[in-house]
Amino acid sequence: MRTEPIADPSGALVPVARTRHWGRVLSAVAALAIFGWLVFLIVVNPRLDWGAVATYLFNERILAGVWVTIELSVLATVLGLVLGVLVAVMRLAHNPVLSGLATFYIWFFRGTPVLVQLIFWYNLAFLFPALVIKIPFTSIGLMWDTNQVMTGFTAAMLGLGLNLAAYFAETVRAGIQAVDHGQTEAAYALGMTPAKRMRVIVLPQALRIIIPPTGNEFISMLKTTSLVYVVAGHDLMTNASQIYKSNNMIMELLIVASLWYLLLTTVATFLQGRLERRFGSDAVRLVRRGGVAAKVLPKVPA
Amino acid sequence: MSPVVRATGVRMAYGDVQVLNGVDFEVAAGEVSCVIGPSGSGKSTFLRCVNGLEPVLGGSLRVLGEEVGHSLRGGRYQPWSPKEYAAFRKNIGMVFQRFNLFAHHSAMENVACGPVHVLGTPKDEANTRAMELLDRVGLADHAHKRPHQLSGGQQQRVAIARALAMNPALMLFDEPTSALDPELVDEVLEVMRDLAADGMTMVVVTHEIAFAREVGDRLTFFADGVVVEQGHPAELLANPANERTRAFLSSVRGPGG
Repeated sequence: MRTEPIADPSGALVPVARTRHWGRVLSAVAALAIFGWLVFLIVVNPRLDWGAVATYLFNERILAGVWVTIELSVLATVLGLVLGVLVAVMRLAHNPVLSGLATFYIWFFRGTPVLVQLIFWYNLAFLFPALVIKIPFTSIGLMWDTNQVMTGFTAAMLGLGLNLAAYFAETVRAGIQAVDHGQTEAAYALGMTPAKRMRVIVLPQALRIIIPPTGNEFISMLKTTSLVYVVAGHDLMTNASQIYKSNNMIMELLIVASLWYLLLTTVATFLQGRLERRFGSDAVRLVRRGGVAAKVLPKVPA
Repeated sequence: MSPVVRATGVRMAYGDVQVLNGVDFEVAAGEVSCVIGPSGSGKSTFLRCVNGLEPVLGGSLRVLGEEVGHSLRGGRYQPWSPKEYAAFRKNIGMVFQRFNLFAHHSAMENVACGPVHVLGTPKDEANTRAMELLDRVGLADHAHKRPHQLSGGQQQRVAIARALAMNPALMLFDEPTSALDPELVDEVLEVMRDLAADGMTMVVVTHEIAFAREVGDRLTFFADGVVVEQGHPAELLANPANERTRAFLSSVRGPGG
């Protein structure tokens, strides 16, 4: 906005008036009033024990839960991303069996609620009391007790990871299809096989499109892990719920859990912003600037 | 010596649309063969058939001694696997109208990419050779730049270097200068002249009549999916026998050209 005075026709300097944004002032007042009233209602509520919130915020079980939530989110996201790329590549394969399998996978895991999948994995022992890997028609192999393997944590990781893979596969597919077809033709013309073309030429370029949404998936995963409390995964939400079930301070512990979730998603949002800046623009490289050429060549001032 | 490319009655269609209606065409080793014709005449499609990017649906197309797309085994022609296609294409360089440089690689990595990933050349060796080739096309100073930092003419020269890195026995050019600003055309043609002088076997689909006259050993005129006329460039351009060739040439040259 201009602040420098303007010379009028006679040459005298006349100051420029400030624009008043009445709409902004009005909405700010209204928002403050409503929001302030709500905060006031909660803060001064005699039935809410803020002291308990403060004590439980750094309670040992809560902190252990936060750690499990982080672990679970990272592992399930990694599982989902790796599997998602695999499913996407299968989906785009010329082999109708592979692409059919991938389509079925996506259909199934997107079509059933995560909650159902979590409970299903957790109770796998009902169907298969023991997990056995052995050479067919012999007794050589390994065997585990399903209930020991399928803890709340592994069930949660599998359920969340497999589910994310189905969604992520579609993101990856879009990324792969966004890479110009000319890149594929050039790769073929050089004598690359379809698999090599995918690995060396197409996927590295698709990454630029695929990576920014992974931040979103991770943030979403941080909160989805709270569903794990149905299978006692010992995550933040499970532990908070176990505490409030014993002392009945439901609101206090929900506030504690929310504060931690907000902190985690805030950090993740910050990281996502950096990720997007790194990969969002076409001008950046996935590898360090200049790549091999920069090492081989003397530095030439541009 | 048997020809590098020998097409007899080659037919190709996109669905119900016939694109090639029996193309007869030959290229001898060391020859520079230029192909002209109106758009939609099938000249680019034919070029893409030569390295198997489009399937031949009828007739016979033999390139570098192989029937493109099929191998004779046990008394039958067996369709190629993706691996066989890949092995065949190693020996044929292709330069595209839209350059198609790998966008995530620097100029040097683009050139070294084929040797490293297809031939298994050690990286250092491939990089050294890539630098030689970039120097040959006059771009040694731009080796570290990525495609979007290069002009169209520079990109196309990198693309030529990339194809040469595979030491191809045959180079295919699909309208290599059609996507370029007029002032950038010459730098690409200069590289192609240099290649031709070196004895490279080349098939060049082009609209550059002057280049065809000067560098070409043979000129072929395509229309409606067949070869209408071919001959020595200077003769064909001076005395086109066919009415369609005459009409095309006058439209390309403009009045008084």
